[in-house]
Amino acid sequence: MSQLTQTLTRLGGVNLLPVALALVAFVLIGAPSSWVTLTVAGLAMGMMVFLMASGLSLVFGLMDVLNFGHSAFVSFGAFVGATVLAGLSGWLASDSVALETLALVLALLAAILFGLVAGWFFETVIIRPVYRDHLRQILITMGAMIVAEQTILAFWGGSPYTVYRPRFLEGSWIIGDVSIEIYRAFAFLLGLAVFIALYIVLNRTRIGLLVRAGVENREMVEALGFRVDRLFIGVFMVGSALAALGGAMWAGYETLITPSLGGELMIIVFIVVIIGGLGSIEGTLLGAILVGLMSNYLGFLAPKMALASNMILMVAILLWRPNGLRPAVK
Amino acid sequence: MTLLSLNAVRTNIGQYAVLHDVTFDVPEGGVFVLLGRNGAGKTTTLRSVMGLWRPSPGSITFRGQDITAMHTADIARLGIAYVPENMGIFGTLTVDENLILATANGKIDANRLKWVHGLFPALERFRDKQAWSLSGGQKQMLSVARAIIEPRELILIDEPTKGLAPSIVDAMAEAFSEIAQDSTILLVEQNFRFAKSLGRDMAVIDDGRVVHRGTMADFAADKALQDRLLSLSV
Repeated sequence: MSQLTQTLTRLGGVNLLPVALALVAFVLIGAPSSWVTLTVAGLAMGMMVFLMASGLSLVFGLMDVLNFGHSAFVSFGAFVGATVLAGLSGWLASDSVALETLALVLALLAAILFGLVAGWFFETVIIRPVYRDHLRQILITMGAMIVAEQTILAFWGGSPYTVYRPRFLEGSWIIGDVSIEIYRAFAFLLGLAVFIALYIVLNRTRIGLLVRAGVENREMVEALGFRVDRLFIGVFMVGSALAALGGAMWAGYETLITPSLGGELMIIVFIVVIIGGLGSIEGTLLGAILVGLMSNYLGFLAPKMALASNMILMVAILLWRPNGLRPAVK
Repeated sequence: MTLLSLNAVRTNIGQYAVLHDVTFDVPEGGVFVLLGRNGAGKTTTLRSVMGLWRPSPGSITFRGQDITAMHTADIARLGIAYVPENMGIFGTLTVDENLILATANGKIDANRLKWVHGLFPALERFRDKQAWSLSGGQKQMLSVARAIIEPRELILIDEPTKGLAPSIVDAMAEAFSEIAQDSTILLVEQNFRFAKSLGRDMAVIDDGRVVHRGTMADFAADKALQDRLLSLSV
């Protein structure tokens, strides 16, 4: 048994879980083309959820802050991105791929910029007064979430808001019997690029070293001469920007969005952060991919179970590993 | 010359007063030992110096500068290093990353590293290992190494021998003797034999109050005083 465990650990340990899940699903689904489509959809969903969850995980890990208002950045990111795309609909309707690409880039940059500025404001005005007080953190960040949702309602109205997409992201690639939606492939690649960038920053730079150390022992980092509170503002801003980017990407995925978008996604985001292990980027990615795959496979195999699937996944993983799959602290 | 001075320091943790008017001076150079029973307030004293718990009222000065209300990070940048009782190492970081983190600009001076590896050879062998995988003694070595990877004027060390094998305690004593040639060490310790071998000046703290100050030589020679203040049989 221990030999099997050692072999599995050498092969990648918990990182093999998505592969194992995909293999089980392959057997249960039977049709390879459906399996590929569902797997790509699951990976794309996982990557978008990863964008939203990574900041929350770092914020909790670094400063022990429970931010229920994180969903506000997701919602605002979706609406800001969609509004920029609507404003540039002329570019999207042109025959120029360059103009369409530029419109998409500007929409995503607007969401990121909004996330950075709103994150700074949120941390400075709302979070800072309630450091080290979980109860007040929950109350004030939930209050902020409600205010944000109502603000979106006031600006954009309650009707579903249509999201324009560049035409080069519409449709699917058909390879044999397999259909791969282009937008999902794009979402997967963007999420992967963000993960690689985050991984490099966290593992190859001094700032990253400080963040990783701060997640483990904030007090000791301060005793070594570094102001973790200042570092935290930066992490909070980046986390908020990533959530806004995730929201903008999700908006393009859904094509019709409502002010409650962020709140609805927060359940999945929290599940991902918990099963991945608080403060761990690798854990968040692993959790997000598992959740994405599980949702899509069960949505196909047992649609009635789809809603409960992520809760069941969380319970199973926490029973097995109470600190999550890849906790940041050992 | 006085390096660190605590004047009537009172520190509360929550509603409990842990330190009551603690006053003593740490002279520059050598090892100053703070002795005391469990729960006497030794760790609280070190944490108060580092700004991790705020004294109120009272004042703490370092080289004449009032550091009582300063942020922990600013206190550290004055040249004060801290080795906590729980070692405070970063388990997911490698041994080298732990050391790099303790430098001001992210670069370790090669000669300094050689000296540190000379004091603690195990750290050279395991420099690419994640710190959580080290033994208890190696973790303690890393914690001390991190405090000396750059020159510091004052190093606060909290019970470094706790739970360590005798051979490692001896190695630690040798290392501290060498470190104390360039830096001042404020050592909190319950292992009197270890403390006696290193200390030049000392104070005893009991129930949050300094109850004795003097030289280690005098204290070591007075068995009755040791028994009364520490309830130790040495």
